[in-house]
Amino acid sequence: MKTMLAIISNALCRMTGRNAGARVVVSRSFADFTPQATFDIKKCDLHRLEEGPPLKAELTRDQGLQYYRTMQTVRRMELKADQLYKQKIIRGFCHLYDGQEACAAGIEASINPTDHLITAYRAHGYTYTRGVSIKEILAELTGRKGGVAKGKGGSMHMYAPHFYGGNGIVGAQVPLGAGIALACQYQGNDQLCVTLYGDGAANQGQLFESFNMAALWKLPCIFICENNKYGMGTSVERASASTDYYKRGDFIPGIRVDGMDVLCVREATKFAADHCRSGKGPIIMELQTYRYHGHSMSDPGVSYRTREEIQEVRTKSDPISMLKERMLSNNMASVEEFKEIDVDIRKQVEEAAQFATSDPEPPLEDLCNHIFCNNPPLEVRGTNPWSKLKSVSKT
Amino acid sequence: MAASLRCFLRSGKKAVSALGQREFHKSAPVAAQVTVRDALNQAMDEELERDERVFLMGEEVAQYDGAYKVSRGLWKKYGDKRIIDTPISEMGFAGIAVGAAMAGLRPICEFMTFNFSMQAIDQVINSAAKTCYMSAGLQAVPIVFRGPNGASAGVAAQHSQCFAAWYAHCPGLKVVSPWNSEDAKGLLKSAIRDDNPVVFLENELLYGVPFEMSEEAQSKDFTIPIGKAKVERAGTHVTLVSHSRYVGYCLDAAAVLTKEGIECEVINLRTIRPMDVESIEASLMKTNHLVTVEGGWPQFGVGAEICARIMEGPAFNYLDSPVTRVTGVDIPMPYAKILEDHSLPQIKDIIFSVKKTLNV
Repeated sequence: MKTMLAIISNALCRMTGRNAGARVVVSRSFADFTPQATFDIKKCDLHRLEEGPPLKAELTRDQGLQYYRTMQTVRRMELKADQLYKQKIIRGFCHLYDGQEACAAGIEASINPTDHLITAYRAHGYTYTRGVSIKEILAELTGRKGGVAKGKGGSMHMYAPHFYGGNGIVGAQVPLGAGIALACQYQGNDQLCVTLYGDGAANQGQLFESFNMAALWKLPCIFICENNKYGMGTSVERASASTDYYKRGDFIPGIRVDGMDVLCVREATKFAADHCRSGKGPIIMELQTYRYHGHSMSDPGVSYRTREEIQEVRTKSDPISMLKERMLSNNMASVEEFKEIDVDIRKQVEEAAQFATSDPEPPLEDLCNHIFCNNPPLEVRGTNPWSKLKSVSKT
Repeated sequence: MAASLRCFLRSGKKAVSALGQREFHKSAPVAAQVTVRDALNQAMDEELERDERVFLMGEEVAQYDGAYKVSRGLWKKYGDKRIIDTPISEMGFAGIAVGAAMAGLRPICEFMTFNFSMQAIDQVINSAAKTCYMSAGLQAVPIVFRGPNGASAGVAAQHSQCFAAWYAHCPGLKVVSPWNSEDAKGLLKSAIRDDNPVVFLENELLYGVPFEMSEEAQSKDFTIPIGKAKVERAGTHVTLVSHSRYVGYCLDAAAVLTKEGIECEVINLRTIRPMDVESIEASLMKTNHLVTVEGGWPQFGVGAEICARIMEGPAFNYLDSPVTRVTGVDIPMPYAKILEDHSLPQIKDIIFSVKKTLNV
């Protein structure tokens, strides 16, 4: 009986294009869906590697829905941030991640929560995948006391256990990431560090210093270049003598990965993680990805690239659409299910935005706190000699 | 006893410092002559032993025993894991040290001299100093950046800069500048035990100078609190405030001036940031005259800060004359000895300035 209803409701939905069988859907058995499928993924270009990640990826229904949910949450969160910025509720820097969701989702799917991750300033997606709630992220963007850094950090300075931000200085996070990997090796805990940077940062000298030391000491570090084709307004061709970012580590093996395909990212990162954990040292991944927004909210993003290019990526390579279509065409989930997820995410993001706009700003008493950790209270000079402010470590 | 005899026979030079080594605690506890180098070495050795998260990294710190031999013997004792030779990549290894500190270790990052720290200053300021604040206390950075600072002898302009003012300008950093062996050992131990980034400014010319170390200072738990100055010599007519090498110069000047009936109170800042202004004020309220002495350049320097703070505080009204700053000459350091000698404060400059301040 239930199967019959399922077939009818599916047919109704497809014919009418609406949720005509909504009430029927809820009681339908999910045993009708394909629990698992194998997908072909793009072959990765290899540098100094005999073998690379597999050409096929297995995806279970649950995984697929989870990746979808993660990516869609990041997407909607970033679009909400766009909206709040235009309303001037978010100020300063705001570098949005929409378009690149498959990178964050794919990486998180292949590492452990006990592994470490550090990235640059386009960090909201990773802040979420590393465990910070949408509420705390948006409230940090709006500068409220409920923000993950109590409003002290802003867009580029959000932290969580095993997540080291959020870093504003281009490239500075790469030696930091190598250092975190050193700590993993030193402590012998079998953990690794994923260290992300962009195609712009790929030309920073400190990266090459880090590559050298990481290779020399065999640090368990996965260096990942998120190549979204533009360093601010400068295309990769105009910035780099070599745009083969996966080869730029020279003596470090590298893989070039389709960063718009969450399964490709996941398999490549799994491969890279195995490489690191087996003591072979660092490895570089180049994720070929794309950002829909400009460099930041102050950049419309169309003076150095065409609207047609952006549109083409949206229609042909959107990471969320790609996953959804894969799952639908393999009967791993239904359109309604995805819609339900979308509705739920919208609700969560809306609630988070509500919190982020209504939560109070940090109290002025907090101004000088947290200069130091685990420190006795100290006095801080204010703007004039009579202004003696107090700084405590713990609040 | 046998150990000291062996040491003495092995090299007469090391005899003096051999007396300061810990084996002798078991026999008669006594003050000893210990060089600043050995005091720093002891501090690091003790802290490496005490906490396995502590490690040292920098150029030549391991197999070379340290460019200035400050880390002598440590690699032999602790091995590759804890004493790490780095390539010549200041920005890279400073960042690596900061990252390691963020992930739970307690690194000592050595700059061969602080001149080279300029290559890495972004990591010191933006990655280390500001992180506790930016993260609202979520992310600590328990790191020590140490190395020789300021002028040496004949190393010319690019290798002689004093960075006290540069680093002390920045909130989120503690900046320490020891003078003698007790300072060196006690402050370095405190710096390593501190959960915050500490810039530890040593002085190359002081490394080989022996100072008396009390029995207490030789103990493994001896620390000196960061942020407290020390009155090295009590006096009544004028307060001399200094840090690092110039504390010694102030004491020498005081020894000359006492013969002329001028009693100088000499304050050893020990810490540049947070500066112990209260100690300076307490002294000034007694002597009514203040002279600051430093090796760094005058503009925007340590002495300039002391002047500003005195003016803003209760001690201003006790000044019988404006504060005098004795500083390095406002030029890049020249090479020729005669020029170099005249680029830095000499004892006679301090004496001259004291007398001018006292109008005698």
